[in-house]
Amino acid sequence: MNAIAPVGVNAAAFLDRGDVKANAQRQKAADFLRHAGLPRAGVEAWKYTSLRALADVPFAAAPQAVDGSAVDTLLAEVETISGLGAAASRVVFVNGYFDVGRSRLPTGVKISTLAAGTLPDDGIDPAGDVTTALNTVLARDGLELVVPEGVDAGCLLLVSIGMTQEAAPVSFHPRHRIVVETGGRLALLDASVGRGQYLHNPLYDIAVAQQGYLSHARIQAEGKQAVHLAVSHARVAAGGVYDSFTLTLGASLSRHEVHAGLTQAGASVHVNGAQLLSGHQHGDLTSVITHAAPDCVSRQTIKNVLSDQARGVFQGKILVERIAQKTDGYQMNQALLLSDGAEIDAKPELEIYADDVKCSHGATVGALDDDQLFYLRSRGIPDATARSILIRAFLHDVVDQIDDQRLKDSLNLAVEAWWTREVA
Amino acid sequence: MPAVAETRKTVETLGQNTYKWGFETDIEMDIAPKGLNEDTIRLISTRKNEPEWLLEWRLKAYRSWLEMREPTWAKVHYPPIDYQDVHYYAAPRKKPGPKSLEEVDPELLRTYEKLGIPLHEQAMLAGVEVPEGQEARAPVAVDAVFDSVSVATTFRKTLQEAGVIFCPISEAVQEHPELVRKYLGSVVPVTDNFYAALNAAVFTDGSFVFVPRGVRCPMELSTYFRINARNTGQFERTLIVVEDGASVSYLEGCTAPMRDENQLHAAVVELVAMEDASIKYSTVQNWYPGDENGKGGIYNFVTKRGACRGARSKISWTQVETGSAITWKYPSCILQGEGSVGEFYSVAVTNNHQQADTGTKMIHIGRNTRSTIIAKTISAGQSDSTYRGLVRMMPKASGSRNFTQCDSLLIGDRCGAHTVPYIESRNMSARVEHEATTSKISEDQLFYCRQRGLSEEDAVGLIVNGFCKDVLKELPMEFAVEAQKLLQISLEGSVG
Repeated sequence: MNAIAPVGVNAAAFLDRGDVKANAQRQKAADFLRHAGLPRAGVEAWKYTSLRALADVPFAAAPQAVDGSAVDTLLAEVETISGLGAAASRVVFVNGYFDVGRSRLPTGVKISTLAAGTLPDDGIDPAGDVTTALNTVLARDGLELVVPEGVDAGCLLLVSIGMTQEAAPVSFHPRHRIVVETGGRLALLDASVGRGQYLHNPLYDIAVAQQGYLSHARIQAEGKQAVHLAVSHARVAAGGVYDSFTLTLGASLSRHEVHAGLTQAGASVHVNGAQLLSGHQHGDLTSVITHAAPDCVSRQTIKNVLSDQARGVFQGKILVERIAQKTDGYQMNQALLLSDGAEIDAKPELEIYADDVKCSHGATVGALDDDQLFYLRSRGIPDATARSILIRAFLHDVVDQIDDQRLKDSLNLAVEAWWTREVA
Repeated sequence: MPAVAETRKTVETLGQNTYKWGFETDIEMDIAPKGLNEDTIRLISTRKNEPEWLLEWRLKAYRSWLEMREPTWAKVHYPPIDYQDVHYYAAPRKKPGPKSLEEVDPELLRTYEKLGIPLHEQAMLAGVEVPEGQEARAPVAVDAVFDSVSVATTFRKTLQEAGVIFCPISEAVQEHPELVRKYLGSVVPVTDNFYAALNAAVFTDGSFVFVPRGVRCPMELSTYFRINARNTGQFERTLIVVEDGASVSYLEGCTAPMRDENQLHAAVVELVAMEDASIKYSTVQNWYPGDENGKGGIYNFVTKRGACRGARSKISWTQVETGSAITWKYPSCILQGEGSVGEFYSVAVTNNHQQADTGTKMIHIGRNTRSTIIAKTISAGQSDSTYRGLVRMMPKASGSRNFTQCDSLLIGDRCGAHTVPYIESRNMSARVEHEATTSKISEDQLFYCRQRGLSEEDAVGLIVNGFCKDVLKELPMEFAVEAQKLLQISLEGSVG
């Protein structure tokens, strides 16, 4: 085929900030960005989400020193949303930099941070996608966490706070690496909040070793003007489980891209999520789950609740390689449209090269079911309450998929808080 | 017993391991030089004695084609096509009309026979008039298109009495220019896509159907498309217009000779259904798929689209795709009229090195429009088969519904089956449901059949036919029988 990649919007403003000379990965990422640009409509992988708007904003490198009291206020908010309280272990990043003073490090795990300017050789293709390339060029700091063999590290809160100074737009690109060694366990609650106009572009490099277990729940509650572009690269080994959940509440424009690889027999991955959007918010959940070994399981349930002029996007691909016989893959994507201006665009995709597999996907789009509403109304429940019951039941269904009870409780709290705010 | 005879016949066909339509007809041809430029287009237009507006329309299409890029988003791979290495016009040489069957070019008759066209219809096709009214069963009117040139159309008189126009589009241009001019390109604009623009520039013939207000077409209409000449592309154009309250059922069959090189087929089909009108369009596509090493075969790059313009109109596409080296085809419905209905039933089978990227688009514009998509994909050998479909609910499509079901069956572990649905909704009261599954033929089902004495090949045939039942039952009866046999032949050699 004579494929000519459509050229996106010039990413020069970002490239100029990156120190690409020193490192081959950075060099490769920069070349890719220079060629591909920031995606706009017409690029298949970004069919429904354009980054055109980013080109018009002069994002500067985010300052490390910011207004401390504002940070503390946001941190307290996170504690309230998550329900984990002030005593929980936590790792705090402010504008992409590790904030040692506000962190309370857990014991039993190895924690370090990405030294400025260096990039670990993590095997992630710097030119695989735009989000990764952008992070590779500009990453300055990040969490490096290793759960040693056989250790149950309990529950950890990872907080990212974005903050502008004098309203000048800033961007930060933390690169986190989370490794769960053989038989280790960790529940990670990951919350992003902030104020002002900023771009948060985190990369998560996740490796779960044999029989390892990582439950990773993300609450994306960024500020109203923020742009959130996250990418996760997860590899799961034999008998390992990566249970992930993304709750999208904030940001004007957001996308979380998950690349999950099942690399050894018996691995499982769950890529679940919910997007609750209103106003003119645009939220995109994109995932590619690659079954690269036999007998692996993948599960995916994504729900969207969209009101006003919000736009929800879901692109999910399950790729089953020839070797991956006895694959069990399931994907469900549902959207509830609560207003006439709302829009959902979904592309659930199966790409299958092995014959002895069980793969299915389903998708539904629509408004609240009239029959269900009638059922509740006929039992004397007022209209608003009936709607609230149905919407929360719709969401409960997906939050309930989270394995870890602590994370499940936190996410339920976050959904409730969102709902209370929506109704108010 | 007929069932036994049927089985024996099927087994015999299976044993031959050949593409049974792979013959070439040696007929004197009138061929334009290879290559595409404005002169080629002017030549085609002159040969067809076309009015000035049509030439202008073609040239406009050609000029926009020059600016366009070949689409690359489909999951198909092929070496670059040299569009200058194709004959854009090839027609059987015209002779004075034959008076009886004996005078007809025997080669042409033999072709019809091989295509399975009944003898009385052969006479009609060859242009011999037979007293009508002798038909014992409901007849089918046939238009045969050879290398994009219509050679004969049957039953025109009967159809004329009912008010139905069924003729080659080149003839319609001469006799009903106002109709052609009004509707040609109104569903698939000349600038729609690369292949549609190419077709608009160089199409040589195809079928034209017009069913006036309130008329139910008295018989099924059928077109046989055949690519015959070497190094030619086939670019036929079909236009079907059905007025208020009228209806028609149209069948399309396609075959081609076996050749080493690939041949291009880029057709355009446009359907227009007005208020309360209904169009049923059935295709059994059996272009030459290439040999078992993937050499040769047709590139089938086709644009098919129907517009449900009037309220409560209905367009139903049914396709059985077994042939072609590459299929790139998305029969679509634009559901504009309030309460209009679109349907898409598809079976796509790929074997050996075939590639198919096919599906549909349902664009819901009007209120309370409904669409159903049932797509069955079967991959065997080293083939790749993709279902790609779009369901779009526009902001005004209140109360609209869509249901989509895509099932894939893999036979063997060297093939691929893919599903790529696009779902876009901008109306809260519209409902879209989509489900898809991928599986292989279950060992239990195979065991059950084998235990009852069926050979493995027959068992697979039976199971595959069962898998496709929801689609096959939508085909007119004769076609359904043909399609079942085709499925079996296409999958031959894929098990064991």
